Amino acid sequence: MLASEREQLKSEINEMAKKFNHHRSGLIPVLQHVQNVSRHISPEAMQDIALAFDIHPVEVQGVVSFYSFLSTEKKGKFIIRLCRTITCDMAGKDAVARQLENELDIEFGETTEDGMFTLEFTNCLGMCDQGPAMLVNDDIHTKVTPDKVVDIIESYRKRFGANVIQGEHA
Amino acid sequence: MEKNVKNPKIGADRAPASSVAASVEVAKNQDELGAMVAVTIDGNEIKVPFGTTILDAAKKLNIKIPTLCHHEDLKVAGVCRVCVVEVENQRTLQAACAYPITSPMNIKTYSSKVRKARRHNLDLMLKHHVGECYSCFRNNNCELQSLAKEYGVDSYRFGHDTEPHHEVDKSSYSVVRDMNKCIHCRRCVRTCIDLQEVGVLEAVNRGPDLDIATFDDMPLGEVVCINCGQCINRCPVGALRANDPSDEIWEAIDNPEKHVVIQTAPSPRAAIGECFGLPAGTSVTRQLNTAMKRCGFDKVFDTNFTADLTIMEEATELLIRLKKALVDKDANVALPQFTSCSPGWVKYLEHFYPEYTDNLSSCKSPQQMFGALIKTWYAQEAGIDPKNIVSVALMPCSAKKFECNRPEMQDSGYKDVDYGLTSRELAQMIQEAGLDLPNLPHTDFDDPIGEATGAGLIFGATGGVMEAALRTAVEIVTGIKTENVFENLDIIPIRGFEGVKYMEIKVPAAGPVPEILSKALGGAKDFSFLKDAVLKVAVAHGTANAKKVMEDIKAGGKFSECHFIEFMACPGGCLGGGGQPIPTSPEIRKARTQAIYDEEKTLYSRKSHENPTVDRIYGKFLTEGPCGHKSHKLLHTHYVKRGKKIV
Amino acid sequence: MSKSNKNLIVFSEIDIEKALKNALQKSRPDIINEVRDSGLKGRGGAGFPTGIKWNLAASAQGDCKFVICNADEGEPGTFKDRVLLTDYAQQLAAGMVLAGYAIGAKEGIIYLRAEYTYLKADLEKTLEDLRAKNILGENICGKQGFNFDIHIHMGSGAYICGEETALIESLEGQRGEPRNRPPFPVTVGYLGCPTSVNNVETFITALHIVEKGAKWFKTHGTEKSTGTKLFSVSGDCENPGVYEFPMGITIEELLNQVGGQDAKAVQVGGASGNCIPRHQFSKTIAYEDVATGGSIIVFGPHRDMLQVAINFMEFFCDESCGQCTPCRIGTETILEGLDMIEDGCCSVKYLRELVSLGETMQLSSKCGLGQSAPNAFLSIVEHFKSELFDDSFRR
Ligand SMILES: Cc1cc2nc3c(=O)[nH]c(=O)nc-3n(C[C@H](O)[C@H](O)[C@H](O)COP(=O)(O)O)c2cc1C
Ligand code: SF4
Ligand code: SF4
Ligand code: SF4
Ligand code: SF4
Ligand code: FES
Ligand code: FES
Repeated sequence: MLASEREQLKSEINEMAKKFNHHRSGLIPVLQHVQNVSRHISPEAMQDIALAFDIHPVEVQGVVSFYSFLSTEKKGKFIIRLCRTITCDMAGKDAVARQLENELDIEFGETTEDGMFTLEFTNCLGMCDQGPAMLVNDDIHTKVTPDKVVDIIESYRKRFGANVIQGEHA
Repeated sequence: MEKNVKNPKIGADRAPASSVAASVEVAKNQDELGAMVAVTIDGNEIKVPFGTTILDAAKKLNIKIPTLCHHEDLKVAGVCRVCVVEVENQRTLQAACAYPITSPMNIKTYSSKVRKARRHNLDLMLKHHVGECYSCFRNNNCELQSLAKEYGVDSYRFGHDTEPHHEVDKSSYSVVRDMNKCIHCRRCVRTCIDLQEVGVLEAVNRGPDLDIATFDDMPLGEVVCINCGQCINRCPVGALRANDPSDEIWEAIDNPEKHVVIQTAPSPRAAIGECFGLPAGTSVTRQLNTAMKRCGFDKVFDTNFTADLTIMEEATELLIRLKKALVDKDANVALPQFTSCSPGWVKYLEHFYPEYTDNLSSCKSPQQMFGALIKTWYAQEAGIDPKNIVSVALMPCSAKKFECNRPEMQDSGYKDVDYGLTSRELAQMIQEAGLDLPNLPHTDFDDPIGEATGAGLIFGATGGVMEAALRTAVEIVTGIKTENVFENLDIIPIRGFEGVKYMEIKVPAAGPVPEILSKALGGAKDFSFLKDAVLKVAVAHGTANAKKVMEDIKAGGKFSECHFIEFMACPGGCLGGGGQPIPTSPEIRKARTQAIYDEEKTLYSRKSHENPTVDRIYGKFLTEGPCGHKSHKLLHTHYVKRGKKIV
Repeated sequence: MSKSNKNLIVFSEIDIEKALKNALQKSRPDIINEVRDSGLKGRGGAGFPTGIKWNLAASAQGDCKFVICNADEGEPGTFKDRVLLTDYAQQLAAGMVLAGYAIGAKEGIIYLRAEYTYLKADLEKTLEDLRAKNILGENICGKQGFNFDIHIHMGSGAYICGEETALIESLEGQRGEPRNRPPFPVTVGYLGCPTSVNNVETFITALHIVEKGAKWFKTHGTEKSTGTKLFSVSGDCENPGVYEFPMGITIEELLNQVGGQDAKAVQVGGASGNCIPRHQFSKTIAYEDVATGGSIIVFGPHRDMLQVAINFMEFFCDESCGQCTPCRIGTETILEGLDMIEDGCCSVKYLRELVSLGETMQLSSKCGLGQSAPNAFLSIVEHFKSELFDDSFRR
């Protein structure tokens, strides 16, 4: 991360923390913001966040590492989260998973080289009546079939730019 | 959202998960609530105050419930689940350590359900516990091992890892972390975050991946760890230990070229007996001297001598600062002056309050003063080449290991102190030598630095440094015998385990400046500049309490008006240090304190300036007196503004 | 709601403004009594009587109190809250206002799971609309001195944050680790204040109860499980979806309605629930028989129950907060055992040991997750043991 970027992010962190009176109840909203804009929460960001809330950096890390939507590793612009829980599993998530890997040429847990897509499993998305279900960033896709996979991926490639999370700068 | 934040104070409520959820507050004043609840435990009835935990109620009946994550000094966690008991009419078992009694109940502490659950939970912990008891420093003093025995663990029901899954972190001079033995009880986390408020360790990840980690998994030696070792004292197993130099020390002892001297701090002698089955609070000073001699140390010195010396230097430094502030009206004088003998505290300040390093007394700790003197003065007097001296310091403290490795600590031209050895480690050496410490004959300390006063001895307890300093300062400044100011020389308000203690003393008279100080005080004839001044002092022990005082000072509160503040990193002071025998608890620390205060009453003097060796050293070696040039070179130091930023 | 479920009883249209105005005429104890008399039990799974919970929160000492809507719906096979958040958001907000009035809270928080971020914008808009209509804000519906507002707090991906004390920890910026209980949130909750945490469906149901009366509610369901409830039905059936059924319906009846007649087993209550084999389909779904937060997963005749057990146990390994021993290591140990069965290398003796371990987890885990994590495993072992060791079922 460039120094100027760190400064920019830091001032955003401080501004948000201030809104919460620097009370720890604002920690997770701040983490969510940082995750959104820089697609991960770097050690530097954790340190700055810790300072903003006057807690210890390792406590911030404890929180980040707890939640599956927060990460210390940089994620792709689009995070594909395929449901692996029971009904989606019964509805054929394995075939969808295989095809996702094939189309993106990565395995689950990895990010494409161009930094566009990260592939992850997730647990029940609350779309069990319409499985297999998957999230791409915040969008939900249901009744995904192996042959739909490529179109979904393509639609994001094309929408790249428009769909990239607002305010992104890292 | 913002408007409803209850406690907008920065950093409030910082307790980590599960600890905030401590049980209902126990009624302190029973009449106030009028609530005593009758419970039946294993058929025995007892009435307890509303909110008492099942564990505490059982203790009152002498019923033992096993625990692992529970520790008297720490907030309730309720995570290991070995303390579970059966409460009638409840679907599940309840954690005795966490369950507050608020209504009459019938409790069974060893029903078959309970025993089965405890055994299973032990089996599960042992599954990932990579360690072999015979090669573990906690062998025979391990809570997991004892429970495994009590619950008849004769096989690993769910398997047992033998391959380590973590690298042992030996990066720190003081603390070694072997997470392969960790059972995730989080006592260290609660120690470091809540008790000490340093915040080095925290639980990371979740589920089976849960780990105890430092920030960004950095080596312990590179984070803000202050080396206090309080986490070691509270770890139920061998996952945390001090960096043990005893092999190197044995080697030096075996080497005929080397002259191995050991200085012994005041606290180990009041605690080491615990490693030999003596009850807490049994002082074994002179047996210990014999043991060290028999182990092969060439000389056994008493660190209390340099404690006395520290008082001379530190009190002089304080008087200099006061004079500068009051007489010279120098606005840049840093007051209050902070004590600097606790290396954990020093590092804490360097990390968290670096802007206050000027307030730290420039005096080295007694250990390091002694170190510098052994390889200079003692070497000279004894006619030994300092390069052949191996200087060991028996300390109650793990941070002393870090301290002796600070690059500043080489003023003798050599590493002033070669090894910091903890009470636990020396106990181990004594056992290795086959010595039965409690039954050894008595031996005195070695000359030329044999005698020390009671003032040096009480350095071991919180408030002790302040008390010793006041005994000397009051007498010097007022010219009145301290015992005529404080009855029996006991300065009660700054004793005891209150987190922060505060005291004001009105200076009743101004005595003449003694010859020895006249140079340091710029030729002042008497202390009239202090007459009728109100001297304000405070004492804080445990860095969480230190933090309270520091925040108050930052905010310009009452402690900012103090003149002198004693800080100790460890709860209870050095006698609760991170190198002391395990376990620790408020009662144990209390007993050790008592032992120290009892022993000091037997000493020939209880005022540092009456120590004849102190006189001698100023007469012959540090001839410019306290805070003179040579003192400054050998006995004083400087500090590093570390800051708390890691990345 | 599923198209096949036309005659909605509780989840019908309602004029929320009118309903609230009526409710705010009543005294707080009257509202709480109405809800208590209805016998409504929490719809989030634990089934604690809502009236009693509100009463505890109302009578707890505290200068600030909170109403929290648990919209962290993460139980596998549960999606009724998603439907409610989409189609019944106004009713939800009104239900929360009602709860706020009843317990004396000024602030409501919707804890919305991260996976439902796509619902957030519409929810925000609904809240905005309600503010415009003075259903949220100050002097609500003209009731002088009654102020209440709601904001949304997003989760960050952790099933355990559906557990109410973990949810509160999470709101406070902590790892979502359940607290020791007691004290319960009704006395020591968010920021130490008395807090009533309720499920989405609970709020909406309570709103209807206060409007239509406890008596009306009790005409449905059984004596101990009053009223109707939403069911999220998924798996091997013709018409998966959300249904409203009266409590006390038999599993068989339910399966008939959703087109799951040939099921060999049904998982009632999601991953934390129990697996009910065909020969027990005459059981009823009710707190006194087979309890559930509303998840019904249907397993057809060809399903490999070992895979089902493995999938559930993987879920718990993934979602355990990891603080307590039985759950952190127990889930993983049972999963390893199931893998051994799959690989054909598990002795029945060891399986028995695992069953016994499962019982320990139920008894000694710190929270509901660990206490219910072994349920599916235990019931599948109980009812399908022979199948577990039968290779012909492996896919
Ligand atoms: C592991 C676990 C997950 C839970 N998840 C949810 C959930 O997603 N939604 C919910 O309403 N309740 C959930 N609960 C139940 C809550 O703890 C709590 O009982 C409920 O929100 C209370 O609301 P109710 O009384 O309206 O049911 C969960 C409980 C546990 C133990
Ligand atoms: S930590 Fe305890 S149980 Fe483990 S090896 Fe050491 S002595 Fe044995
Ligand atoms: S030694 Fe002290 S500061 Fe370091 S980790 Fe242990 S408790 Fe924390
Ligand atoms: S290191 Fe020791 S104290 Fe810390 S969690 Fe592990 S076992 Fe407990
Ligand atoms: S049972 Fe599981 S989820 Fe609940 S506290 Fe224990 S480890 Fe955490
Ligand atoms: S199981 Fe996949 S959405 Fe519920
Ligand atoms: S000692 Fe009670 S749960 Fe650990």
